Amino acid sequence: MSDHVKGFRHTAEGLPLTHVVGTSVDKIDGYSLVSGAPVYTDDIAAREFPHRLHGKILGSPIPQGMITSIDTSSAEELPGVHLVLTFKNTPRTFYTTAGQGWPEPSPYDNQMFTERVRFVGDRVAAVFADTVEAAEEALHRIKVTYQEEPAVLDASDAMKPGAPLVHPENPKGAYDPAHNVAAHVDVAVGDVDAALAASEVTIAETFETHYAQHVPMETHTSLAYVDDTGKLTIVSSTQVPWHVRRIVSRILGMPMSKLRVIKPRIGGGFGAKQEILIDDLVAYAALRTGLPCEIELTRKEEFIASRTRHPMKIDMSIGCDTAGHFKALKMYVLSNTGAYGSHSLTVMSNTGSKTLPLYNKANDVRFYGDAVYTNLPVPGAYRGYGATQGYAALETTIDDLAAKLHMDPIELRTMNMIQVGEGSPIFEALGEGRQGVAQTIKSSSLPELLALGAQAIGWQEKRGKRARVGHKVRGVGMSMHMQGSGIPLIDMGAASMKLNEDGTYFLAVGATDIGTGSDTILTQMAAEILGVGADMISTLSSDTDLTPFDVGAYASSTTFVSGGAVVKAAKAIRNQIFSVAAEVLGEELDPMLVMSDPKVEGDNDQPDPILSFYRMDDGYVVSVRSGRRVSVSEIAYRAYYEVGQHQIASTQSFVSPYSPPPFAAHFAEVEVDDLTGKVTVVNYVAAVDCGVSINPNLVRGQVVGAVANGIGFALTEEYHFSARGAMTNPSLFDYKILSRRDMPPVQVIVVDNYEPTGPLGAKSVAEIGINGPIPAIGNAIFDATGVRLHRSPYTPERVLNALREAQK
Amino acid sequence: MRISITVNGAQCALDVDPGDVLLDVLRGADYLEVKGTCHAGDCGACTVLVDGHPVASCLTLAARVDGHSVTTVRGIGDGTHPHPLQKAFVENGAAQCGYCIPGAIVSAKALLDENPEPTEDEVRLAMDANYCRCTGYEQQIEAVLDAAEQLRKEGHR
Repeated sequence: MSDHVKGFRHTAEGLPLTHVVGTSVDKIDGYSLVSGAPVYTDDIAAREFPHRLHGKILGSPIPQGMITSIDTSSAEELPGVHLVLTFKNTPRTFYTTAGQGWPEPSPYDNQMFTERVRFVGDRVAAVFADTVEAAEEALHRIKVTYQEEPAVLDASDAMKPGAPLVHPENPKGAYDPAHNVAAHVDVAVGDVDAALAASEVTIAETFETHYAQHVPMETHTSLAYVDDTGKLTIVSSTQVPWHVRRIVSRILGMPMSKLRVIKPRIGGGFGAKQEILIDDLVAYAALRTGLPCEIELTRKEEFIASRTRHPMKIDMSIGCDTAGHFKALKMYVLSNTGAYGSHSLTVMSNTGSKTLPLYNKANDVRFYGDAVYTNLPVPGAYRGYGATQGYAALETTIDDLAAKLHMDPIELRTMNMIQVGEGSPIFEALGEGRQGVAQTIKSSSLPELLALGAQAIGWQEKRGKRARVGHKVRGVGMSMHMQGSGIPLIDMGAASMKLNEDGTYFLAVGATDIGTGSDTILTQMAAEILGVGADMISTLSSDTDLTPFDVGAYASSTTFVSGGAVVKAAKAIRNQIFSVAAEVLGEELDPMLVMSDPKVEGDNDQPDPILSFYRMDDGYVVSVRSGRRVSVSEIAYRAYYEVGQHQIASTQSFVSPYSPPPFAAHFAEVEVDDLTGKVTVVNYVAAVDCGVSINPNLVRGQVVGAVANGIGFALTEEYHFSARGAMTNPSLFDYKILSRRDMPPVQVIVVDNYEPTGPLGAKSVAEIGINGPIPAIGNAIFDATGVRLHRSPYTPERVLNALREAQK
Repeated sequence: MRISITVNGAQCALDVDPGDVLLDVLRGADYLEVKGTCHAGDCGACTVLVDGHPVASCLTLAARVDGHSVTTVRGIGDGTHPHPLQKAFVENGAAQCGYCIPGAIVSAKALLDENPEPTEDEVRLAMDANYCRCTGYEQQIEAVLDAAEQLRKEGHR
């Protein structure tokens, strides 16, 4: 099959025959979303709890220091104010705000409130009042005096002797807080320095990335209430409902049986909501007041005090022979983790683990780095998760190496890239904050992606031509990427399915749809196995009481990991249905076939043995041996009301030793204005291999969306700081994300490829697309001007300075 | 003060303070299909039509629309009776998280009411104030062009 419309080319050839998978069915929540249904956290709060309390947070005005006194009496006296929280009246549990698996890889450097403030905007107090206005007025009445201390406002200064300490309390899990080091990693394969010294050609460059924010349209919002049974329920715009429950349970010392977390519809996350930022406050306030409590961050708070991408300074060295064969790769990362170490170790690990294996021909590799505390806003998880920064350095350095070797950058990449059947020692040496798991690539469309992408951008015609019109000059550049599909042997998802009497089904998944469409594609996967349309299944997701466990929406895990659980659950109930069908038809069926553990893998070359006896066909079970049919509804009625009565249902979980990487090749054509330094992307091509595209429309949306976010990151989005470390542009007016007219034409090329370890052949797609713009655009600027930018974003000021510098 | 407005065709009398903005007043009156994010007129999520023209409801004083007609996305269509624009958004996969969609669709509606046969550039311009962080816009632009074609075929606006 091949689909080709303007802006989207999808090829899916040689794949197993499917009836739902591979089709762009409507999102199951689509009509609810386009009619503005009240499905987000604040909508639910407004409709169900009109008399709830509204919470507001007082942020620190100084970057570093101690609170010497705090007087809340005047705030508490204000009419309408119910509760004022500070370090004096809240639990002092140390925890991490990072919503990750267990054991938690981020340091326990956070408390609900402390005497110490560590960045401008850090939590000092919170007020809950009848109205937002009363809460805001109360914040003004809180009298705080600070003993200000010297601050660390540059990551390069953080480890210097005598630098002020951001966490003098020596938090558990931080690597070396006495030198502001939150996390450290050092992984070596072979002897990279010897290999570099012995290489015929070497290159060493430094690339710096900047502070940027996710900008989900819905800011962080959380509502908590105590229900009639005494259970504390949190409705939260979160990507990680189970991690919210676990962390809040620890902070407040509450049993999980008394805590329920519900994720309604979420207005975007991109990693920002893989974080427990306000859930603890609303939960504690609801317990203290007995009233429903809500916090909705303002856009300004979202910028200043939620999470950002880790700015990094990356030293990249490559050694190769004169023909371009890589011998050595060395990457050092200095990651700025701001005032808290949320995701500090794991994001930094991914900077190496998701990039270096792409070029597996180098035998000597070292990846090492330090994530350092500063008195600046707090980075965390952000789509791409360190790989984005890693590729900025790696792919621009390779581009310069190609120039040095007088080679085509595509050719240089092609001769060094990982291929099917190959692994990389880095996979095993480096995981997410601990040792990784060995991987062998089982599917890759990279050669096709490079060829089709080059053709689409016009590589041969345009490369090196420096076509000029007046003071504007054009160039093309490209970059190559991989990501992962979940964290191998760590991420687990579970799914429950049951059959209804009329032959329809119910699917419950822990997986967290944050707008990606995961509820839809998981429903499609179940429908595929059960031989029905997606509309025959109703799906419930992300409720810690009503659905099974899932780690949540992060690490590009949902399609692969949660999808694996759904496929297994669907197969398990299908086999139970086959068992009853055999009874009805009076045929033999080996119970071992019914009882055996359902598998995700092997769909392609090793069909389930049970399928040589029965198959599902549009609401019927068909006997392969006799050709006779029985309806699934008849089977359900028999099982529930008539003979050998039992529930047809199953809960299955999936955790995989594999994390098959999706691959991508990105191509950009830019126009650089000599006079102003403005860079315009005139054309962008993103070619991707995500295994089997379960829903091509949604795949395309993930790719274009990630590219749009990435182009913003590459060209316009940037935090600016005052001399005291306060963000000076915390609004959508001053922090520029791409609008419709800013968006260049983007052609998405999807080349499907069956991934044998994935559910129905699928790999991930959500993150990889954001890795391309910085290097692809930077390389295109280099092609157009011969000038290399080593710092993002490529703003007119920076480009113009670089052009002038080059002319000196 | 008391204002009288028509919301999606229904007459509505509301008590408001002079400083109240339309976004908060509408949400307070259970028109929860109007979503807010920046409260500064920067993002377009809260866009509604006042007498057919798109406005940022977070910057519009409720008192200023006294006697006027307000249309929210729900006044254009709902899940049971979707407008061709809403149908096209779903069918093109143009709604991811969905938070910006109520504003985007009313902006598109205002455009198509005025210009039934817009070019792609005209769609981009008319909806430029409606930020979306999920989709990269391409499928939304295509949805509006598809809906325009559908509406022309149906011979109504």
